[in-house]
Amino acid sequence: MKIAIPMNEMLMEAEVCVSFGRAPYFLVYDTQSEASTFFENPGAVSQGGAGIKAAQSIVDAMAEALLTVRCGENSVEVFQAAGIKVYKTTEVTAKENIQAFQKGQLAPLNHFHGGFHGKI
Amino acid sequence: MKIAVLSGKGGTGKTFVSVNLAITAKNSVYIDCDVEEPNGRLFLKPEKSVLEEVYTQLPQVLEGKCIGCRKCVDSCRFNAMGFIKNKPLVFPEVCHSCGACSLLCPTGAIFEVKRPIGVVESGKNKKGVQVITGILNIGEASGIPIIQKALVTKVIEENITIIDCPPGSACTVMESVQAADYCLLVVEATTFGFHNFKMVYELVSLLQKPCGVVINKGNYSYTPLMNYCKENNIAILCCIPYQEKLARIGANGELACEKDDEAQVLFSTLLDRIRMEVGR
Repeated sequence: MKIAIPMNEMLMEAEVCVSFGRAPYFLVYDTQSEASTFFENPGAVSQGGAGIKAAQSIVDAMAEALLTVRCGENSVEVFQAAGIKVYKTTEVTAKENIQAFQKGQLAPLNHFHGGFHGKI
Repeated sequence: MKIAVLSGKGGTGKTFVSVNLAITAKNSVYIDCDVEEPNGRLFLKPEKSVLEEVYTQLPQVLEGKCIGCRKCVDSCRFNAMGFIKNKPLVFPEVCHSCGACSLLCPTGAIFEVKRPIGVVESGKNKKGVQVITGILNIGEASGIPIIQKALVTKVIEENITIIDCPPGSACTVMESVQAADYCLLVVEATTFGFHNFKMVYELVSLLQKPCGVVINKGNYSYTPLMNYCKENNIAILCCIPYQEKLARIGANGELACEKDDEAQVLFSTLLDRIRMEVGR
């Protein structure tokens, strides 16, 4: 199965990005082949609808699960339609979170924000 | 002559200046473009108002006709569409109704439906001021279609039209200012007010609109503002000092130019100065 994670840097040992829609990169980790692929988030630079664009890139990357700190309502609508499950990260780095996920230690994310749109 | 009143910072006194100018100028038209919170009508009190519903377009997908080419999704610059399980998915709140998706669909699988987003209210008050109010429904993302509708109101060029703009310096302000012959920048003599004033000044300069300044709730003593206006050659047309009596009149929903002699002189002098500036 393929797992997606929003990232600040293109490194397995780097921190998970606190933002989903505006994360600079995404990591897609394949649990079978243990291969990790990084790509730029096309939503990061968009004026609006960043979450939708970002979520679309996760759908297109054929991921089945997303591990993230948080996630907005629009992105979640995309994930629900695509059947992608969203989990809340508990660890700092991508590597640690993947390990935690594989041990079944990550819980589904069930609080989704309405978007920040310039607010802090 | 169309005068747009803008400020950047909210609560600076756009509506205060706008409604008083509208009353001072005879047979004027007042257009409230602050569609998220239009309150000029509370002071001008139009009667027998007529409502006109404003709609926006929203794409709908005919699944049977869609071939999954994804052109609609990829062309949407607002990212208002997703493509899931070979089907386009529309996000109504993000859609800007540009129509690109239905235009580009090769099979005619996308058509647009009308969606109401607010109203434009129009009526005359006892003093003969035509009051046009744009009202956006709560929760809607963009007031642009309402502003456009409010601004198509036919006006007599010789008479004064006051356009009461939304706060800030974003799209809605640009839309409101576009048809104006002159921009009146109301500024509060505070750090915050000055900061946002510079943003709207930059905007009106970009749009090449002549402009002048009204200092509200202050006097001529805020040095950074005075220096900035001097350096950029911006005319300061008048200064309205903070006075409790004016606040009291406003809180009662009354008009300063009608209730206070000083204010009456002040606004008629201001209007004369604007006329002079536009004539130059």
